[in-house]
Amino acid sequence: MIRALAILAFATLLPTQALAEEVVAGLSQDEIAITTNFDGSEILIFGAVRRETPIPDSAPLEVIITVEGPSRPITVRRKERRFGIWVNTDAADVDEAPTFYAVSTTAPFNEVLTDTNDLRHRVSVHRAVRAVDANVFDQVNFTRALIRIREDAGLYQLNEGAVTLRDSTLFDTAVRLPANLVEGDYRTRIILTRDREIVTEFDTTIAVRKVGLERFIYNLAHERPLIYGILSLVIAIAAGWLASAVFRYIRA
Amino acid sequence: MQIYLPIAEVSVNAFLLLGLGGMVGILSGMFGVGGGFLMTPLLFFIGIPPAVAVATEANQIVASSFSGVLAHLRRKTVDLKMGTVLLIGGLVGAAAGVQVFAILTALGQVDLLVRLCYVVFLGLIGGLMFFESLRAIRRARAAGGAPTPKRRQRGWIDALPFKMRFRTSGLYISVIPPLLVGLLVGVLAAIMGVGGGFIMVPAMIYLLGMPTKVVVGTSLFQIIFVTGFATLLHATTNFTVDMVLAVLLLVGGVVGAQIGTRIGVKMKAEQLRILLAIMVLAVCGRLAMDLLLEPAELYSLGAGGGH
Repeated sequence: MIRALAILAFATLLPTQALAEEVVAGLSQDEIAITTNFDGSEILIFGAVRRETPIPDSAPLEVIITVEGPSRPITVRRKERRFGIWVNTDAADVDEAPTFYAVSTTAPFNEVLTDTNDLRHRVSVHRAVRAVDANVFDQVNFTRALIRIREDAGLYQLNEGAVTLRDSTLFDTAVRLPANLVEGDYRTRIILTRDREIVTEFDTTIAVRKVGLERFIYNLAHERPLIYGILSLVIAIAAGWLASAVFRYIRA
Repeated sequence: MQIYLPIAEVSVNAFLLLGLGGMVGILSGMFGVGGGFLMTPLLFFIGIPPAVAVATEANQIVASSFSGVLAHLRRKTVDLKMGTVLLIGGLVGAAAGVQVFAILTALGQVDLLVRLCYVVFLGLIGGLMFFESLRAIRRARAAGGAPTPKRRQRGWIDALPFKMRFRTSGLYISVIPPLLVGLLVGVLAAIMGVGGGFIMVPAMIYLLGMPTKVVVGTSLFQIIFVTGFATLLHATTNFTVDMVLAVLLLVGGVVGAQIGTRIGVKMKAEQLRILLAIMVLAVCGRLAMDLLLEPAELYSLGAGGGH
């Protein structure tokens, strides 16, 4: 009798327990190589929800997947008309702005996460960009401009409904990475929510690296600039000579 | 075929770059100009960051002028003494120009400076060439064409001190004017990514009174060293020389120049010049529009922590 009661109590408690559902996830690739013919990439993020118990029937499960590039400080400048031409006049510093940020969800963003949770976990783009420059009073406009410019360049993405979730268990999405990626570790988060509250979170990283010739040239240019400069002159002169020699040979 | 440029950090079509190099090469072969003043703005238009475009173009000019200098040296049409004086001015100018460039990059005004320089110089040169060749065509139509009276207003130049004898050019003049000309060209090479031949050649002919046959060789001699120096300075101060971009443009450019030279022979000089003038004015107009019209996006992004 007592034992039966205990089991019943345990069973009723279960759905409210935080770790009842867990994410098991995979990536199509956990390393992206920027090679000479790199033209962007698409990564596939997929996974499943592991449960020890039946699917809770309170509210439907939602999935949020974020991919975040390394953060850098950035200066946003605004043009104004001076003496008839458009000139950069005001500037504002943004302390931390991810160089890439993509949010993919199963449903419209405000239906999968509360504002408080967004603020606490910095999930949406607007929360991920951190700006505290007290000098500029319309900082908001500069931050908005930053997000707008990067959205237009495909660097900031909000893909609502891009995650497909099957039977509240299997999920997958594809995130498009543009060609002008910054090197670094790309943090990937998979967040499960139910009734706009976070159930569980899973973290992993994707390494984006220049490789081969790209790596060599970039390192040389930054670590041995003088040698790099001389080398570029020599190579350019040689290439020019070669091209004209080949052309003369073809014509002859 | 997309190619990722390691320093510019953008992905561009390799054939577009080869084609661009080839097109500017054809023009430079046809008109006998360096082509830097057309290439750099075209690189802006296809989305190469201005700082990288300017530095890389300097690198490309060295390479594309190299064979020209050798040819002129062989024909002994280089005034080495005059070239050296121009070069000293040029090196000082390039060093100053690169510093100005670095400061303005930090201030976020480098875009504006480069564009303004282009609008002013392209506008001036294009306008002058256009009216000059219009007049030449009109003169040619009116009764055989009277020879142009040769005027040399060198009063104030003769009055300057530090005179030096330039045997190859047959001149005995002060070193101050060539030093200043060299200086100006050096600054332009560093800021605009051009050789500066379009300024130096007229200055040598009209201001210094050098004989036409040594003008081109001597200016190329100066250009190759000044742009080479500017390339090294950009590489060490601003890290903006893109090797891959330079080589692609160059290969297209060299082949284009060979084709251009053959087309150029078949056309009349006045027609060529008026065509070039129209093109220069078109590029100038396009750049001026960007400055004058309200841009679609008033905000722009720059590297952080530098204002």
